[in-house]
Amino acid sequence: MTETTAPRLFDRALLRRRRTRARAAPRPGADFLLARVIDDLGDRLAPVLRRFATAVDLGLAAGPAADLVRALDKAERVLVAAIDPGHPGGDLIADEEALPFAPESLDLVLSMLSLQFVDDLPGTLVQIRRALRPDGLFLASLFGGATLFELRDALMSAEIEITGGAGPRVAPFLGVRDLGGLLHRAGFALPVTDVDRVVVRYGSLLDLFADLRAMGATNPLHDRARRPTPRALFLRAAEIYAERHADPDGRLRATFEIVSASGWAPHEGQQKPLKPGSATARLADVLKSPGYADDSTRGE
Amino acid sequence: MIPGESPVTDAAPPPEDRQRGRIDPKLLELLVCPLTKARLDYDADRQELVSRSARLAYPIRDGIPIMLPDEARPID
Repeated sequence: MTETTAPRLFDRALLRRRRTRARAAPRPGADFLLARVIDDLGDRLAPVLRRFATAVDLGLAAGPAADLVRALDKAERVLVAAIDPGHPGGDLIADEEALPFAPESLDLVLSMLSLQFVDDLPGTLVQIRRALRPDGLFLASLFGGATLFELRDALMSAEIEITGGAGPRVAPFLGVRDLGGLLHRAGFALPVTDVDRVVVRYGSLLDLFADLRAMGATNPLHDRARRPTPRALFLRAAEIYAERHADPDGRLRATFEIVSASGWAPHEGQQKPLKPGSATARLADVLKSPGYADDSTRGE
Repeated sequence: MIPGESPVTDAAPPPEDRQRGRIDPKLLELLVCPLTKARLDYDADRQELVSRSARLAYPIRDGIPIMLPDEARPID
């Protein structure tokens, strides 16, 4: 069984409902982060010379990455595994915390802007790695550490002022280094991570909230306050946000940190580190060679 | 036992079945129970994927398998 006793951070059923609701009221342009991530995915896929047999695009934003793989003709068969029933173009519905794929059945797994809302990310990564055939590729982008730090700060400060305490309103996000370590622990070979920081300027906090709602990304935390948030709290948070995180022209800065990751299911033919003691030259000799002997030649 | 159940690999229906709301047999080959990772039995009559190990039947709606444990029907 893959059931976990880890504390529940995210309300996955709520995420699914939000996603369905967001689709019913689309907001033009609110998918700018996804568009950026898909663009970046194109750059990451282009140098991969293989054509994969079976690719799956997973998660709450599944679809565009699958379209890209089809457009680039990088896979024979591309499936969209959405998280909520009713997702247009979905081939199946699956929760990333309990994936329904047979061992070694997939060749390419894509996850765009979705894994930040998984409780047990190590568990999900292991499930993805096991679903991949040897030499299968996993490509992901997710929101990382500094995402919405301004909003977190403004809401928390306002709540402490008004109620004397603060509940979680912005999800905790993973750092880029943590993700590299998790990929390694999940058994991926040649893990690579990278980070991209996007600062968006909003006219008001309401515009930011509207974008988050359109992404289906408003507070998905399990332990969120279940009572409606008092209006005074938002008003005070907006003031604090404007005081601390606005540009001179009054526009509000909102940071999105996008962490991207890739890893391969291990395979014989992949490059690997040599075994200790297998070296054919002594390090000391290498260091004495002309290229290293004189400091002035370094970096040439 | 579920009436009409048959192994996943049985009698592949033609591709146009997807339009009629039937599941793509090639998709079935990829799927296992999300909780136990055990094989599923395809119940064509009820349009369900049955996980005996988890005692759950996952619904197939309009040819799309809903592999969510909380949407599955508990079975004995």
